[in-house]
Amino acid sequence: MPAVKDILRTMDYGPAPEANAEILAWLAARPRFGHFIDGEHADPAEGGHFEVRNPATGALLAEVAQGSAADIDAAVAAAKAALAPWQALSGHARARYLYALARLLQKRERFFAVLETMDNGKPIRESRDIDIPLVVRHFYHHAGWAELIESEFPQHRPVGVCGQIVPWNFPLLMLAWKVAPALAAGNTVVLKPAEFTPLSALAFAELCREAGLPQGVVNIVTGDGRTGALLVEHPDVDKIAFTGSTEVGRLIRKATAGTGKKLGLELGGKSPFIVFDDADLDAAVEGVVDSIWFNQGQVCCAGSRLLVQEAVADRLIGKLKARMETLRVGDPLDKSTDVGAIVDTVQLERIRSLVEAGRAEGAVCHQLGAPLPKEGLYFPPTLVTGVGPASTLAQEEIFGPVLVAMTFRTQAEAIELANNSRYGLAASVWSENINVALDAAARLKAGVVWINAANLFDAAAGFGGYRESGFGREGGREGLADYLVPAADVTEAKPVRLRSVDFSAAPAAALPEAVATAPRFDRTAKLYIGGKQARPDSGYSYTVTDHRGAAAGQVGLGNRKDIRNAVEAANKASAWAGVTAHNRAQVLYYLAENLEARANDFRDRIATLVDGDAKAAAAEVEAAVARIAHYAAWADKYDGLVHATRSRNVTLAMNEPFGTIAIACPDEAPLVAFVSLVAPAIAMGNRVVVVPSPVFPLVATDFYQLLDTSDVPGGVVNIVTGERSVLAKTLAEHDDVAAFWYFGVDDGASAVEAASAGNLKPVWAHARPVRWTSPAEGQGREFLRRATQVKNIWVPYGE
Amino acid sequence: MAAEPVQIRGAAPADAAALPNVRPRNEGTPLHVEWFDAARVNLSAAERRAATITTRRTVKKEWQAAWLVRAIQLIDLTTLAGDDTEERVARLCAKARKPLRDDLVAALGLDFSLTTGAVCVYPAMVPAAVRALEGSGVPVASVATGFPAGLIPTRLKLEEIRYAVEEGAAEIDIVITRSHVLDQNWRALHDEVRAMRAACGDAHLKAILATGDLRSLRNVYKASMVAMMAGADFIKTSTGKEDVNATLPVSLVMARAIRDYRALTGFDVGFKPAGGIRTAKDALAWMTLMKEELGTDWLEPELFRLGASALLGDIDRQLEHFVTGRYSADNRHAVA
Repeated sequence: MPAVKDILRTMDYGPAPEANAEILAWLAARPRFGHFIDGEHADPAEGGHFEVRNPATGALLAEVAQGSAADIDAAVAAAKAALAPWQALSGHARARYLYALARLLQKRERFFAVLETMDNGKPIRESRDIDIPLVVRHFYHHAGWAELIESEFPQHRPVGVCGQIVPWNFPLLMLAWKVAPALAAGNTVVLKPAEFTPLSALAFAELCREAGLPQGVVNIVTGDGRTGALLVEHPDVDKIAFTGSTEVGRLIRKATAGTGKKLGLELGGKSPFIVFDDADLDAAVEGVVDSIWFNQGQVCCAGSRLLVQEAVADRLIGKLKARMETLRVGDPLDKSTDVGAIVDTVQLERIRSLVEAGRAEGAVCHQLGAPLPKEGLYFPPTLVTGVGPASTLAQEEIFGPVLVAMTFRTQAEAIELANNSRYGLAASVWSENINVALDAAARLKAGVVWINAANLFDAAAGFGGYRESGFGREGGREGLADYLVPAADVTEAKPVRLRSVDFSAAPAAALPEAVATAPRFDRTAKLYIGGKQARPDSGYSYTVTDHRGAAAGQVGLGNRKDIRNAVEAANKASAWAGVTAHNRAQVLYYLAENLEARANDFRDRIATLVDGDAKAAAAEVEAAVARIAHYAAWADKYDGLVHATRSRNVTLAMNEPFGTIAIACPDEAPLVAFVSLVAPAIAMGNRVVVVPSPVFPLVATDFYQLLDTSDVPGGVVNIVTGERSVLAKTLAEHDDVAAFWYFGVDDGASAVEAASAGNLKPVWAHARPVRWTSPAEGQGREFLRRATQVKNIWVPYGE
Repeated sequence: MAAEPVQIRGAAPADAAALPNVRPRNEGTPLHVEWFDAARVNLSAAERRAATITTRRTVKKEWQAAWLVRAIQLIDLTTLAGDDTEERVARLCAKARKPLRDDLVAALGLDFSLTTGAVCVYPAMVPAAVRALEGSGVPVASVATGFPAGLIPTRLKLEEIRYAVEEGAAEIDIVITRSHVLDQNWRALHDEVRAMRAACGDAHLKAILATGDLRSLRNVYKASMVAMMAGADFIKTSTGKEDVNATLPVSLVMARAIRDYRALTGFDVGFKPAGGIRTAKDALAWMTLMKEELGTDWLEPELFRLGASALLGDIDRQLEHFVTGRYSADNRHAVA
């Protein structure tokens, strides 16, 4: 120990280790962990145990059970059995359990913080001041939701058994983000923590017991990816909530395709950190520190792409390099450590190899000068310059303390660079000009935008991504909604008897009425793309029959290229999202007006095609007019929220359109189903590519004349007729389609869900029939919720 | 606009007790409005940084003791009250000469004469303070220029400075005319501080910005820059008499201004927070801020002072706790 007078010469900080004797004692008493199933410790059925080590020291912390199929079976069975009694409790009673968990966590804050740091390698400052307080906050917040769920979410029910798979970067926080809303909504849970960091979840299991949580409500099965896969594939799991890599997210998307499981994915990112020339540069430098050197950069929403306006680039980079020198990398348990250990050698190797690949491409790496600890898994804070958007380091998610810096000239270029990514999780915008900042926030494709801030989190705000960063939200009202399903999903409607369609291009028998008289002028139903009627690329048509089986006309047999053209047209019509909601409402009202003017034509068409029942057909047209009016009314009323998060801050939860939504229409109620899907989507500013029912496509092709005469801009609604499953697959695979609504009682949904894994577009696969004319089933907020994604914009303010 | 930083100094002083003044004085520059006109300061970001700067660093055990000893050396031990008397000032000076009990000094192994950084008084008390501190090496600082409001005629302000300097004050804590900042009249502010600096002669000038009156952090930044351009040796937050005195966010902004000014001119300017700094923990917070934002040089009295009256008592108690392992009481330490 140096003498006081010697320290006076250097004025160093000296060591400030956080004591961990309590945790070592806790671990010593538990050399081998089992699973937590049905409220009890459960030894692994067959998988044995694996070691969990402290990444900062390499020390063995514990042995943890490897979950096998039998373990997952037991846990899911326990969760399933617990479902009914848990849901039978009042919201208030569930709130008490969540409140108890919050309290118990709060009383063990330091215990969990130290355990987390030992298991994960993150600095104690972060686990103590950020992770664990947010965990506590999340349980408190959702205790509140449990209390309010019946009144705030009427006509909703819990999803059921939730399989939850959490990553190693924020082990307990991600558990909280998943478990708290699930329980508040009345679900039960089987959670699989990450194999590198299972210990805080196992400690949480003990807390569940302490809180007297009913058995089976929370089950925890540890293990590696194989265990996770078993959970994903289990038939009795109703929802999978996953946070982790985009790569694994894709596997899960494919594995759950067609199973009817609800899915929430919170995946990777390569989030932009944009500094405009009128930013507070010193503040931006600290923002960078809080972005990419937070949790060793192992943060899905890390601002890993620094985009700085040329005029201030040199100054900012200079300040950043100076700031890097004061970062302290080392013992995560030391209270003065800024950057701790990388979670595992696997991750460290990945970071190293990516940085090496970057260097080989000519990237210039500026790294912290101070030496790293000799023991343990460390990577120095790194600033990479000399890269362009095409560089590996600028595109790949590194998940380490590596920042790539690029410059831009104008705001437009900043947005272009920022959005030039497959991901869309978060963004940080630095400007003291409110016009610049809010304009950027509006144009960024990201689920979370922080203005003059970075990595702000709160249980009251939603978190989640656009694009390949996943779908679904965690936190806030929007996050809770993902743990509920509308009661309207339960229907008494019977599936329509499918009339087989012959897609052959062969000439059909004569059309009715054509016999013995001069032929009526042939009406050629075409595709409708970009506001224009278009002949199918294939040059083929197929014959549509009426309810008597006679040929009713021909429609184009759309193919891949027609889909390509339709999506292109839809994306080009992006101005639709920018017009006022009032304007969209006016267009929809006009559409309703014109439909009503042609009600008789549509009545006759529907009656002829469907079942000859003119009265029912008239009712359907009437319902369709009302449906369009319904969404015209909604167009300027589906408001976002302002979440109550921090002081002197507004957190805006904006409902934004996806962009281009693919819609596959069902076979029942051909007109009202068509408008029930198209109207909410375009009311919210989306453009749609619609594949109408292949049985009744003529209703949709009749409809495009209305579109033409109702001021619907070209490209907003595109109609491609043909074989639904074939066209749907092309649409599902299309990377420029942002979301998919598949309505059809056939196995097409499964293929669509599997194919959607490419760009991870959210799929609303609705395999049950719907009574479309019924307002309770055929319209409402759920359609609008599905038509939008929530962007949370954090705007701290103050002078 | 960005001049290359100039490296001026050599190694840190070898002996912590003797902190020789090797640094060139800030000579000031002509007024360069373009150096700060476009300055942006984001309040929420400054608050976040200030709030976490102390949670990111901790000093424990010997290091904490050393930091607290240094804190003593940084204190401008202050009395600025209407009821100050020469005897009261003499008592304060006695405490400045011997801020810590001999047994504690011995137990801490300090082999140098430990004193506070300075004693700070009203001009009328300068003669008494100079007498009381004779031979101690502790400089006398005097407030001046119509402290605390600064609303006396300019001629009298300069006269007051000259009086205090003539009576032996080595440091003069001046107050600026707040209206110059609120009116954004940077020329007037620059002229004012420049004239005060000239009146100080060899005495060092600490410019009190009275940040609580300036309201916005942008104003704080701009006023800091102008005061430095006018030749201030130190910039200081507050008189202790405003509604809001030294805060960490304000200090952060002033520290960053010092950093920017250094990059532009090569001159090192000192910083002095004052008002409301009462606990050892407060002192450590400000010291951490200095070390993180400006570097270890700003943990020396030459570049950093803590304006305080009650702080020393708490540091005494904490140091006794370090030595004995027992929590201490006020009555075991000499009052100032």
